[in-house]
Amino acid sequence: MIAFWILAPVMVVCALGLLFARKAVHCALLLAVVMISLAVLYAVQGAPFLFAVQIIVYTGAILMLFLFVLMLVGVDASDSVVETIRGQRLFAVLVGLAFGLTLVLGVAQVSIGTITGLTTANEAGNVPAIAQLLFTKYVFAFEVTSALLITAALGAMVLAHRERLVPKLGQADLAAQRMRDYAEFGKHLGPLPPPGVFARHNAVDTPALLPDGSVAETSISRVLLARGSVNQAPGSAAQVERVGGDDQSVPPRDDSGKAGR
Amino acid sequence: MSATPFIVLSAILFTIGAIGVLTRRNAIVVFMCVELMLNASNLALITFARVNGNLDGQIAAFFVMVVAAAEVVVGLAIIMTIFRTRRSASVDDASLLKY
Repeated sequence: MIAFWILAPVMVVCALGLLFARKAVHCALLLAVVMISLAVLYAVQGAPFLFAVQIIVYTGAILMLFLFVLMLVGVDASDSVVETIRGQRLFAVLVGLAFGLTLVLGVAQVSIGTITGLTTANEAGNVPAIAQLLFTKYVFAFEVTSALLITAALGAMVLAHRERLVPKLGQADLAAQRMRDYAEFGKHLGPLPPPGVFARHNAVDTPALLPDGSVAETSISRVLLARGSVNQAPGSAAQVERVGGDDQSVPPRDDSGKAGR
Repeated sequence: MSATPFIVLSAILFTIGAIGVLTRRNAIVVFMCVELMLNASNLALITFARVNGNLDGQIAAFFVMVVAAAEVVVGLAIIMTIFRTRRSASVDDASLLKY
Protein backbone atom coordinates (compact mmCIF):
# COMPACT_ATOMS: atom_id res chain seq x y z
CA MET A 1 0.00 0.00 0.00
CA ILE A 2 2.99 2.33 0.58
CA ALA A 3 3.93 2.00 -3.09
CA PHE A 4 0.41 3.00 -4.02
CA TRP A 5 0.33 6.13 -1.88
CA ILE A 6 3.72 7.23 -3.19
CA LEU A 7 2.99 6.51 -6.84
CA ALA A 8 -0.65 7.60 -7.09
CA PRO A 9 0.00 11.35 -6.60
CA VAL A 10 2.94 11.18 -9.01
CA MET A 11 0.77 9.46 -11.61
CA VAL A 12 -2.11 11.92 -11.25
CA VAL A 13 0.25 14.91 -11.49
CA CYS A 14 1.97 13.47 -14.57
CA ALA A 15 -1.38 12.65 -16.18
CA LEU A 16 -2.52 16.22 -15.53
CA GLY A 17 0.73 17.39 -17.10
CA LEU A 18 -0.40 15.51 -20.21
CA LEU A 19 -3.31 17.97 -20.39
CA PHE A 20 -1.27 21.12 -19.87
CA ALA A 21 2.12 20.48 -21.48
CA ARG A 22 2.46 22.52 -24.67
CA LYS A 23 5.05 20.33 -26.34
CA ALA A 24 4.23 16.82 -27.48
CA VAL A 25 7.64 15.50 -26.41
CA HIS A 26 6.97 16.55 -22.81
CA CYS A 27 3.63 14.73 -23.02
CA ALA A 28 5.40 11.56 -24.15
CA LEU A 29 7.87 11.72 -21.27
CA LEU A 30 5.11 12.35 -18.71
CA LEU A 31 3.20 9.40 -20.14
CA ALA A 32 6.32 7.27 -19.70
CA VAL A 33 6.36 8.15 -15.97
CA VAL A 34 2.68 7.19 -15.67
CA MET A 35 3.25 3.87 -17.45
CA ILE A 36 6.27 2.87 -15.38
CA SER A 37 4.37 3.72 -12.18
CA LEU A 38 1.48 1.60 -13.44
CA ALA A 39 3.90 -1.27 -14.00
CA VAL A 40 5.00 -1.02 -10.38
CA LEU A 41 1.36 -1.09 -9.28
CA TYR A 42 0.86 -4.26 -11.37
CA ALA A 43 3.82 -5.87 -9.61
CA VAL A 44 2.41 -4.87 -6.23
CA GLN A 45 -0.90 -6.53 -7.13
CA GLY A 46 0.55 -9.91 -7.94
CA ALA A 47 1.00 -9.53 -11.69
CA PRO A 48 4.75 -9.82 -12.34
CA PHE A 49 4.19 -10.98 -15.93
CA LEU A 50 2.14 -7.90 -16.77
CA PHE A 51 4.72 -5.77 -14.95
CA ALA A 52 7.33 -6.93 -17.44
CA VAL A 53 4.97 -6.69 -20.42
CA GLN A 54 3.93 -3.19 -19.42
CA ILE A 55 7.52 -1.99 -19.33
CA ILE A 56 8.62 -3.83 -22.47
CA VAL A 57 5.58 -3.23 -24.66
CA TYR A 58 4.31 0.12 -23.42
CA THR A 59 7.34 2.08 -22.28
CA GLY A 60 9.75 0.25 -24.52
CA ALA A 61 7.91 -0.14 -27.80
CA ILE A 62 4.82 2.04 -27.91
CA LEU A 63 6.30 5.18 -26.36
CA MET A 64 9.43 4.88 -28.47
CA LEU A 65 7.15 4.62 -31.50
CA PHE A 66 5.45 7.81 -30.33
CA LEU A 67 8.80 9.57 -29.98
CA PHE A 68 9.88 8.27 -33.39
CA VAL A 69 6.76 9.66 -35.06
CA LEU A 70 7.20 12.94 -33.15
CA MET A 71 10.71 13.14 -34.58
CA LEU A 72 9.35 12.62 -38.12
CA VAL A 73 6.37 14.93 -37.73
CA GLY A 74 8.41 17.67 -36.07
CA VAL A 75 9.22 18.05 -32.43
CA ASP A 76 8.02 21.63 -32.28
CA ALA A 77 4.58 20.82 -33.69
CA SER A 78 2.87 22.29 -30.65
CA ASP A 79 -0.85 22.69 -30.08
CA SER A 80 -2.82 25.52 -31.52
CA VAL A 81 -4.68 27.37 -28.80
CA VAL A 82 -7.45 28.55 -31.14
CA GLU A 83 -10.81 26.91 -30.52
CA THR A 84 -12.64 25.91 -33.68
CA ILE A 85 -15.92 25.45 -31.82
CA ARG A 86 -16.63 28.22 -29.33
CA GLY A 87 -16.69 27.06 -25.71
CA GLN A 88 -15.75 23.54 -26.71
CA ARG A 89 -12.83 23.36 -24.29
CA LEU A 90 -14.91 24.57 -21.33
CA PHE A 91 -17.73 22.15 -22.08
CA ALA A 92 -15.29 19.30 -22.59
CA VAL A 93 -13.71 19.93 -19.19
CA LEU A 94 -17.14 20.23 -17.53
CA VAL A 95 -18.45 17.01 -19.08
CA GLY A 96 -15.20 15.23 -18.26
CA LEU A 97 -15.27 16.37 -14.63
CA ALA A 98 -18.93 15.35 -14.30
CA PHE A 99 -18.08 11.94 -15.75
CA GLY A 100 -15.10 11.50 -13.43
CA LEU A 101 -17.06 12.62 -10.38
CA THR A 102 -19.85 10.17 -11.15
CA LEU A 103 -17.37 7.37 -11.68
CA VAL A 104 -15.38 8.06 -8.51
CA LEU A 105 -18.49 8.52 -6.35
CA GLY A 106 -20.04 5.37 -7.74
CA VAL A 107 -16.89 3.34 -7.15
CA ALA A 108 -16.46 4.75 -3.66
CA GLN A 109 -19.99 3.80 -2.64
CA VAL A 110 -19.81 0.22 -3.85
CA SER A 111 -18.44 -2.24 -1.35
CA ILE A 112 -16.11 -4.51 -3.27
CA GLY A 113 -16.36 -7.31 -0.74
CA THR A 114 -13.70 -9.58 0.60
CA ILE A 115 -10.46 -9.60 -1.35
CA THR A 116 -9.50 -13.15 -2.23
CA GLY A 117 -5.95 -12.36 -3.27
CA LEU A 118 -3.87 -14.21 -5.81
CA THR A 119 -1.89 -16.50 -3.51
CA THR A 120 -3.77 -19.62 -4.60
CA ALA A 121 -4.01 -18.60 -8.26
CA ASN A 122 -0.30 -17.77 -8.39
CA GLU A 123 0.73 -20.90 -6.53
CA ALA A 124 2.58 -22.47 -9.46
CA GLY A 125 3.99 -19.09 -10.46
CA ASN A 126 2.28 -16.24 -12.23
CA VAL A 127 3.65 -16.91 -15.72
CA PRO A 128 2.76 -20.66 -15.83
CA ALA A 129 -0.70 -19.88 -14.50
CA ILE A 130 -1.29 -17.23 -17.17
CA ALA A 131 0.06 -19.57 -19.85
CA GLN A 132 -2.26 -22.31 -18.62
CA LEU A 133 -5.28 -20.01 -19.02
CA LEU A 134 -4.07 -18.45 -22.28
CA PHE A 135 -3.58 -21.76 -24.06
CA THR A 136 -6.69 -23.50 -22.78
CA LYS A 137 -9.61 -21.22 -22.02
CA TYR A 138 -8.55 -18.25 -24.15
CA VAL A 139 -6.80 -20.08 -26.98
CA PHE A 140 -9.27 -18.86 -29.60
CA ALA A 141 -8.83 -15.23 -28.56
CA PHE A 142 -5.09 -15.80 -28.67
CA GLU A 143 -5.30 -17.12 -32.24
CA VAL A 144 -7.49 -14.20 -33.30
CA THR A 145 -4.89 -11.86 -31.83
CA SER A 146 -2.34 -13.13 -34.32
CA ALA A 147 -4.69 -12.21 -37.17
CA LEU A 148 -5.08 -8.78 -35.61
CA LEU A 149 -1.34 -8.25 -35.39
CA ILE A 150 -0.77 -9.34 -38.99
CA THR A 151 -3.55 -7.01 -40.14
CA ALA A 152 -2.01 -4.15 -38.17
CA ALA A 153 1.42 -4.75 -39.65
CA LEU A 154 -0.02 -4.89 -43.17
CA GLY A 155 -2.07 -1.77 -42.53
CA ALA A 156 0.95 0.15 -41.31
CA MET A 157 2.91 -0.96 -44.37
CA VAL A 158 0.14 0.10 -46.75
CA LEU A 159 -0.38 3.44 -45.00
CA ALA A 160 3.30 4.30 -44.74
CA HIS A 161 4.04 3.26 -48.31
CA ARG A 162 4.46 6.15 -50.72
CA GLU A 163 3.75 5.79 -54.41
CA ARG A 164 6.63 7.14 -56.49
CA LEU A 165 5.14 9.71 -58.87
CA VAL A 166 8.29 10.64 -60.79
CA PRO A 167 11.04 8.18 -61.70
CA LYS A 168 14.01 8.14 -59.41
CA LEU A 169 16.95 10.23 -60.63
CA GLY A 170 20.09 8.21 -61.21
CA GLN A 171 23.66 9.40 -61.11
CA ALA A 172 23.77 9.93 -64.90
CA ASP A 173 20.56 12.01 -64.76
CA LEU A 174 21.99 14.15 -61.96
CA ALA A 175 25.19 14.76 -63.91
CA ALA A 176 23.19 15.72 -67.04
CA GLN A 177 21.03 18.06 -64.92
CA ARG A 178 24.17 19.66 -63.52
CA MET A 179 25.60 20.28 -66.99
CA ARG A 180 22.25 21.70 -68.16
CA ASP A 181 22.21 24.09 -65.21
CA TYR A 182 25.73 25.20 -66.10
CA ALA A 183 24.85 25.74 -69.76
CA GLU A 184 21.63 27.62 -69.09
CA PHE A 185 22.18 29.53 -65.86
CA GLY A 186 25.93 29.46 -65.47
CA LYS A 187 25.65 27.61 -62.14
CA HIS A 188 29.00 26.50 -60.75
CA LEU A 189 29.80 22.95 -61.81
CA GLY A 190 32.03 21.87 -58.92
CA PRO A 191 31.12 21.01 -55.35
CA LEU A 192 29.92 23.60 -52.88
CA PRO A 193 32.53 25.34 -50.71
CA PRO A 194 33.07 23.63 -47.35
CA PRO A 195 32.14 25.56 -44.21
CA GLY A 196 34.51 27.29 -41.82
CA VAL A 197 38.00 26.19 -42.80
CA PHE A 198 39.79 28.34 -40.26
CA ALA A 199 42.53 27.68 -37.81
CA ARG A 200 40.16 28.02 -34.88
CA HIS A 201 36.70 27.52 -36.33
CA ASN A 202 36.21 24.45 -38.43
CA ALA A 203 32.65 23.89 -37.25
CA VAL A 204 29.88 23.37 -39.80
CA ASP A 205 27.93 26.32 -38.42
CA THR A 206 30.67 28.83 -39.29
CA PRO A 207 30.53 30.08 -42.88
CA ALA A 208 33.64 30.08 -45.02
CA LEU A 209 35.13 33.41 -46.08
CA LEU A 210 35.83 34.19 -49.70
CA PRO A 211 39.28 35.56 -50.67
CA ASP A 212 37.99 39.12 -50.36
CA GLY A 213 36.79 38.49 -46.80
CA SER A 214 33.06 38.25 -47.53
CA VAL A 215 30.91 35.34 -46.36
CA ALA A 216 30.35 32.46 -48.80
CA GLU A 217 26.59 31.91 -48.43
CA THR A 218 26.64 28.48 -50.09
CA SER A 219 29.15 27.10 -47.59
CA ILE A 220 26.57 26.61 -44.82
CA SER A 221 23.73 24.14 -44.74
CA ARG A 222 20.28 25.52 -45.55
CA VAL A 223 18.91 23.81 -42.47
CA LEU A 224 21.27 25.69 -40.16
CA LEU A 225 20.40 28.93 -41.94
CA ALA A 226 16.66 28.31 -41.48
CA ARG A 227 17.19 27.45 -37.82
CA GLY A 228 19.15 30.68 -37.34
CA SER A 229 22.02 28.91 -35.61
CA VAL A 230 24.77 30.12 -37.93
CA ASN A 231 27.90 31.41 -36.21
CA GLN A 232 29.46 34.66 -37.27
CA ALA A 233 32.69 34.10 -39.12
CA PRO A 234 35.66 35.28 -37.08
CA GLY A 235 37.34 38.50 -38.15
CA SER A 236 37.64 39.05 -41.84
CA ALA A 237 40.95 39.79 -43.50
CA ALA A 238 40.49 43.54 -43.04
CA GLN A 239 40.37 43.18 -39.25
CA VAL A 240 43.65 41.33 -38.86
CA GLU A 241 46.10 43.95 -37.68
CA ARG A 242 49.35 42.07 -37.96
CA VAL A 243 50.55 38.55 -38.48
CA GLY A 244 53.18 37.30 -36.09
CA GLY A 245 54.18 34.48 -33.79
CA ASP A 246 53.22 35.98 -30.41
CA ASP A 247 49.97 35.56 -28.52
CA GLN A 248 48.53 38.87 -29.64
CA SER A 249 48.52 37.88 -33.29
CA VAL A 250 45.09 36.27 -33.19
CA PRO A 251 42.44 38.94 -33.58
CA PRO A 252 39.56 38.89 -31.07
CA ARG A 253 36.52 37.06 -32.31
CA ASP A 254 33.99 39.37 -33.85
CA ASP A 255 30.41 38.49 -32.97
CA SER A 256 28.85 41.85 -33.75
CA GLY A 257 27.77 40.94 -37.25
CA LYS A 258 30.45 42.93 -39.04
CA ALA A 259 32.20 39.82 -40.29
CA GLY A 260 30.64 40.06 -43.68
CA ARG A 261 32.43 43.27 -44.70
CA MET B 1 -4.59 -3.98 0.86
CA SER B 2 -7.95 -2.51 -0.02
CA ALA B 3 -9.00 -2.42 -3.67
CA THR B 4 -11.04 0.80 -3.70
CA PRO B 5 -8.06 3.23 -3.93
CA PHE B 6 -6.78 1.40 -6.99
CA ILE B 7 -10.18 1.59 -8.70
CA VAL B 8 -10.51 5.28 -7.80
CA LEU B 9 -7.04 5.98 -9.22
CA SER B 10 -8.01 4.10 -12.36
CA ALA B 11 -11.18 6.21 -12.66
CA ILE B 12 -9.19 9.44 -12.18
CA LEU B 13 -6.64 8.48 -14.83
CA PHE B 14 -9.42 7.47 -17.23
CA THR B 15 -11.15 10.83 -16.69
CA ILE B 16 -7.93 12.76 -17.30
CA GLY B 17 -7.40 10.79 -20.51
CA ALA B 18 -10.95 11.49 -21.66
CA ILE B 19 -10.59 15.22 -20.99
CA GLY B 20 -7.31 15.16 -22.88
CA VAL B 21 -8.92 13.51 -25.90
CA LEU B 22 -11.66 16.16 -25.88
CA THR B 23 -9.45 19.22 -25.41
CA ARG B 24 -6.07 18.62 -27.02
CA ARG B 25 -5.57 19.54 -30.68
CA ASN B 26 -2.37 17.69 -31.57
CA ALA B 27 -3.31 14.30 -33.00
CA ILE B 28 -0.32 12.58 -31.38
CA VAL B 29 -1.18 13.96 -27.94
CA VAL B 30 -4.81 12.87 -28.43
CA PHE B 31 -3.44 9.41 -29.18
CA MET B 32 -1.36 9.46 -26.00
CA CYS B 33 -4.48 10.31 -24.01
CA VAL B 34 -6.24 7.28 -25.55
CA GLU B 35 -3.30 5.18 -24.37
CA LEU B 36 -3.69 6.65 -20.89
CA MET B 37 -7.36 5.59 -20.87
CA LEU B 38 -6.44 2.04 -21.95
CA ASN B 39 -3.82 1.87 -19.20
CA ALA B 40 -6.31 3.07 -16.60
CA SER B 41 -8.74 0.32 -17.60
CA ASN B 42 -5.88 -2.19 -17.34
CA LEU B 43 -5.26 -1.09 -13.76
CA ALA B 44 -8.92 -1.72 -12.93
CA LEU B 45 -8.79 -5.15 -14.61
CA ILE B 46 -5.72 -6.21 -12.65
CA THR B 47 -7.19 -4.92 -9.40
CA PHE B 48 -10.38 -6.91 -9.94
CA ALA B 49 -8.31 -9.97 -10.79
CA ARG B 50 -6.78 -9.67 -7.32
CA VAL B 51 -10.19 -9.11 -5.73
CA ASN B 52 -11.69 -12.19 -7.38
CA GLY B 53 -8.64 -14.34 -6.88
CA ASN B 54 -8.38 -15.60 -10.46
CA LEU B 55 -6.19 -14.62 -13.37
CA ASP B 56 -8.92 -13.90 -15.94
CA GLY B 57 -8.58 -10.17 -15.33
CA GLN B 58 -4.88 -10.32 -15.99
CA ILE B 59 -5.52 -12.17 -19.25
CA ALA B 60 -7.98 -9.45 -20.24
CA ALA B 61 -5.37 -6.77 -19.45
CA PHE B 62 -2.88 -8.70 -21.56
CA PHE B 63 -5.26 -8.72 -24.53
CA VAL B 64 -5.91 -5.00 -24.04
CA MET B 65 -2.16 -4.42 -24.30
CA VAL B 66 -1.95 -6.45 -27.53
CA VAL B 67 -4.86 -4.57 -29.07
CA ALA B 68 -3.34 -1.26 -27.93
CA ALA B 69 -0.06 -2.15 -29.63
CA ALA B 70 -1.83 -2.94 -32.91
CA GLU B 71 -3.93 0.21 -32.60
CA VAL B 72 -0.89 2.41 -32.01
CA VAL B 73 0.85 1.03 -35.09
CA VAL B 74 -2.09 1.72 -37.38
CA GLY B 75 -2.99 5.04 -35.73
CA LEU B 76 0.50 6.46 -35.96
CA ALA B 77 0.71 5.35 -39.59
CA ILE B 78 -2.54 7.25 -40.28
CA ILE B 79 -1.19 10.34 -38.50
CA MET B 80 2.00 10.09 -40.56
CA THR B 81 0.02 9.84 -43.81
CA ILE B 82 -2.15 12.83 -42.88
CA PHE B 83 0.96 14.80 -41.93
CA ARG B 84 2.61 13.92 -45.22
CA THR B 85 -0.29 15.21 -47.30
CA ARG B 86 -1.37 18.21 -45.19
CA ARG B 87 1.84 19.19 -43.36
CA SER B 88 -0.03 19.32 -40.07
CA ALA B 89 -0.61 17.04 -37.11
CA SER B 90 -3.54 19.06 -35.79
CA VAL B 91 -6.93 17.34 -35.63
CA ASP B 92 -8.62 20.60 -36.71
CA ASP B 93 -6.89 20.62 -40.08
CA ALA B 94 -8.28 17.27 -41.22
CA SER B 95 -11.73 18.72 -41.94
CA LEU B 96 -12.34 17.96 -45.62
CA LEU B 97 -15.47 15.90 -44.88
CA LYS B 98 -17.07 18.98 -43.32
CA TYR B 99 -17.49 20.83 -46.61
